[in-house]
Amino acid sequence: MHEPRIVAFFCNWCTYSASDLAGASRLVYDPGVRVIRVMCSGRVDPQFVLKALAEGADGVLIGGCHLGDCHYQDGNRKTLKRFRLLRPVLRQMGVEDERVRLEWISASEGHRLQEVLEEMAEDLRRLGPWRTGHGEKEAG
Amino acid sequence: MAKKKPAKPKVAFYWCASCGGCEEAVVDLAEDLLDVASKIEIVLWPVALDFKRKDVEALDDGAIAVSFINGAVRLSEQEEMVRLLRRKSKLVVAFGSCAHLGGIPGLANFSSAPEVLRYVYQDLPSVDNPEGTLPQGAVETPHGTLTLPAFHDTVKTLDQVVEVDYFLPGCAPPPDLVLGAIEAILAGNLPEKGTVLSPNMALCDECPRRDSKPEVLEITEIKRVSTATPDPERCFLADGFVCMGPATRSGCGHRCIEANMPCRGCFGPLDGVADHGAKFLSAFASLLKGDDEESLARLAETLPDPAGTFYRFSLPASLLRRRKMEEAP
Repeated sequence: MHEPRIVAFFCNWCTYSASDLAGASRLVYDPGVRVIRVMCSGRVDPQFVLKALAEGADGVLIGGCHLGDCHYQDGNRKTLKRFRLLRPVLRQMGVEDERVRLEWISASEGHRLQEVLEEMAEDLRRLGPWRTGHGEKEAG
Repeated sequence: MAKKKPAKPKVAFYWCASCGGCEEAVVDLAEDLLDVASKIEIVLWPVALDFKRKDVEALDDGAIAVSFINGAVRLSEQEEMVRLLRRKSKLVVAFGSCAHLGGIPGLANFSSAPEVLRYVYQDLPSVDNPEGTLPQGAVETPHGTLTLPAFHDTVKTLDQVVEVDYFLPGCAPPPDLVLGAIEAILAGNLPEKGTVLSPNMALCDECPRRDSKPEVLEITEIKRVSTATPDPERCFLADGFVCMGPATRSGCGHRCIEANMPCRGCFGPLDGVADHGAKFLSAFASLLKGDDEESLARLAETLPDPAGTFYRFSLPASLLRRRKMEEAP
């Protein structure tokens, strides 16, 4: 069984704190998750998502504050706007919806974080590893 | 008999998966072409001169001063030719969008080779092919085996196949950039290897419409030139047209803008950007007006083919390079 690798971009103020809370509460989630802390989910350039997939991630999770709760007022709205256009692009590239998710998880929702990560890991196990199959790597 | 050593630098022009527009760009040098031609010795130019592959093979390695190669790489024959030219050349210049980024032929990376062949030779309404004949790699005939070059699933940029020294962007590169590049090479006045030979500045910086850009850009409706006519003077983005100017390198002379056509991104990204389409997507999406999930989703849905729009010229050069290949049945 392929053990999926998930790259998770968590906003400093909400989802990253939620992962801290999950840890302090001794909640267990999939060990294939690699958390990257960003100051705001609005910092997550769509290139980051594609780069993660291009370099071996099987899934990407972006975690931010609930709409209206952004530490920077509307950073997460920018995330949402980008995600709304990124999603159809990813579909056209053959990336299943389950592989790339945007979730609003507040600092108090450690349980919700565990739930999302477990769900993703299960989906990715079912979908198998991500690769586009563009053939042998060429020098250059 | 002692052979006199030719003093003029040898230059090759070659084309791969391309439309011929880049050849036009060379001819578009007009009178300047005569001046350039008098300073160089052309050793290969399939569209204009009758040199063959064996003529290139007969040259010493590194004998060609510079090869200008246009077009993306899709066929085994193209791969062989660009490898040969790389070996024979001191410098290789990727000429035009297709060699640089994959270009329009690169949009075939949304499909696989069998899908492309089936559509072009069988399913197109204008095709008359009752036996459903498809191109074959090799066919036995009474006269021997006939072969065709292999047609790969994935279109590649030139630098995904061979090392490239410089990139001349554009569909097609404008004459002033072409001439500037040729003169710099002849004079030995070369920038750092890997340079894109065009200013590292966004098109918006030199856009003739930049003063009409409002302080805050907000897009409430996504418009397309096929269904609406842009105002001839206002910023395209201000009116909701997808214009890739904010994320696209300048140097094109804003020919499209002058023709009332929004930028489609043929010059590719600026230095330091890994994925032109994603970078533009990021800029464009943040202009969409809407605060709740539902209205944003509705607005985003009005853009058909977002990947084909954002990656019109750069799909093979993008981070994912192509749509996921379906597993072989």
